[in-house]
Amino acid sequence: MRKMIEGSRAVAEAVGLCRPGVISAYPITPQTHIVEELSQMVADGDINAEYVRVESEHSAASVCLGAVAAGSRAYSATTSQGLMLMAEVLYNIAGMRLPMVITGVNRSLSAPLSIWNDQQDTLALRDSGWLQLYAENNQEVLDMHIQAYRISEDDRVLLPVMVCMDGFILTHTYEVVDVPTQEQVDAFLPPYNPLYKLDPDDPYTLGAYAGPELYQEIRYEIQRDALAAKAVVKEVAAEFQAAFGRWSGDVLDPYRCEDAETIIVAMGSVAGTAKDWADARREAGDRIGILRLRCYRPFPREELREALTGARRVIVLEKAVSVGGYGIVTAEVRAALYGQPKTPPVSGAVCGLGGRDITFDTLDEMVRRAEGGETDFFAGLRTELLEAQ
Amino acid sequence: MAEPEFEYELTRGFLPGHRACAGCGQAAAVRIAMEVVGPRCIVANATGCLEVFSTPHPESAWGVPWIHSLFENTPAVASGIEAALRNQGKLGDIRVLGFGGDGATLDIGFGALSGMFERGHDVLYICWDNEAYMNTGVQRSGSTPFAAATTTSPAGTRSFGENRPKKNLPAIAAAHDIPYVATASMSYFADLRRKVKKALDVRGPRYLQVHVPCPPGWGYEEHLSMEVGRLAVECGLYPLVEWENGQITRVRKIKKIPVEDYLKTQRRFRHLFRSDAGREQIKKIQELADESIRKYGLVDE
Repeated sequence: MRKMIEGSRAVAEAVGLCRPGVISAYPITPQTHIVEELSQMVADGDINAEYVRVESEHSAASVCLGAVAAGSRAYSATTSQGLMLMAEVLYNIAGMRLPMVITGVNRSLSAPLSIWNDQQDTLALRDSGWLQLYAENNQEVLDMHIQAYRISEDDRVLLPVMVCMDGFILTHTYEVVDVPTQEQVDAFLPPYNPLYKLDPDDPYTLGAYAGPELYQEIRYEIQRDALAAKAVVKEVAAEFQAAFGRWSGDVLDPYRCEDAETIIVAMGSVAGTAKDWADARREAGDRIGILRLRCYRPFPREELREALTGARRVIVLEKAVSVGGYGIVTAEVRAALYGQPKTPPVSGAVCGLGGRDITFDTLDEMVRRAEGGETDFFAGLRTELLEAQ
Repeated sequence: MAEPEFEYELTRGFLPGHRACAGCGQAAAVRIAMEVVGPRCIVANATGCLEVFSTPHPESAWGVPWIHSLFENTPAVASGIEAALRNQGKLGDIRVLGFGGDGATLDIGFGALSGMFERGHDVLYICWDNEAYMNTGVQRSGSTPFAAATTTSPAGTRSFGENRPKKNLPAIAAAHDIPYVATASMSYFADLRRKVKKALDVRGPRYLQVHVPCPPGWGYEEHLSMEVGRLAVECGLYPLVEWENGQITRVRKIKKIPVEDYLKTQRRFRHLFRSDAGREQIKKIQELADESIRKYGLVDE
């Protein structure tokens, strides 16, 4: 059924359709509308879930951890500082191979305090063992949550999935979204039935400690299965298309890249702006393509190589920065291309931090400076505000 | 080995063969508690001695379902288990337990514990209180008693050890108006058994804090754990008290021995006996005990 709803509502409806047994969250802007909607759905009996109103994000993630271990499907949502506070638990959930889904609403990190969007928060958790999917619009946000549970609970994966959506830009924007029926989702997503759980009739010890003779192999298996999850992400996208009749998935989303000389790599909602901009530039004769990284963890190295080979120039649009290093995604794109024949130069353009709008002008500036030979730079910077060196 | 005997052992939650130190008060107390709890339970366990000595992968001393996540989140993990069982309609006869040491409970997990109480989860949380961070090598916690020397509150020319009295977490727990709060001691088996049973007979959040002597941490011979634990209670420094719905309903009366009889058994208080200034600290400890005796009515007038 097509509905005109807010992005947060789309998340809540998707999560509700996935029938979680336990939801636990702590309020933080701009995640609040998601958990308010879910609270109301629980209060109205629309979904049969326990909503645990915790005293911190650390406890929200921990409640979910306990719930999944006890055999229930669990959900949480957070952003920014909340994600940082959860970080310890998020590593733990992944290490314990407990499947679940969290919405990582993208917001900048303090200081200075800012409630506005960039992607520093979820990128800070790229090494945690969580798979990360980045949505461009609210239809994809909804589809991604339903797919995320399937991916996470797949016996070949058993790793948690973070669905990343840009704060405000998606969470607070109304769009037409096609919401599937409960029957459709039930047919696509079977009830959570874990191999091992906390059960007095069949007692297991979960979370034992491992010495140097065991730890590395356990971590190796996490890495092995996270990399192999790429095939599952693709498989689930195909099955989703068969079940719901729309293509919404895969690891990359290329737009007009076939003959592109310059390819912009981006994640999240900014790809929408970038696609419009590419159309405009192409009308002016510039062969520009947009390659949206939809699945960031596992990192689609081979697919990126294939998509970028043949381009004359690659610019990575970064809504975060590894302070003291480079753009986070930029470094990984460069690494993916390293040693390949005919490697295009890769520039990393940091922009859109703390909610700074990324406009056609910003994108034009990125191309201009990359063509001028700059490799790593901030675009859209208000240089008049900077202190004199 | 006869098979029936093995089956019998498995019905106990906490099995022999773990790696606790000789004389460990915690291991003894956990075993007593688990005998009362029985097999129909799920245990969430904080990082600490108990976790480490009972579950070096791939070994486990647990005959019941057991989970360890992190140091400070055990009350939240237990809350999540309880919520899941409630949602599955399985909470009925399954008891959810949370275990942590005093560091996990009084310090780093304090917020999570208060949250678990305030939300009313049907969880019995037991703090095994050995009064310092023993697993990491006897560092001071919020539960370390006044004037005890630890590796981070050492005695020195300008220090008599820990400069503050123990945090009174049982009273803080009781202030949440939860159904049942009690302190117990490993050295009073029957009392501990009764309190665990009583805690299991009510539903909702419950808090037990069990004093568990630690031979290496406190500095005494391994065979003296029972005796040292008993002296702590009998001098008034570890009052055994029960609260129901926020009100004190029962205390264990004591004979009232001088605190010195308790302090002199342990290396962590040894520095107090070496100077007049140290002896002044012992007087302060006696005042703390007297205040506890007065507050809880531990001695019949």
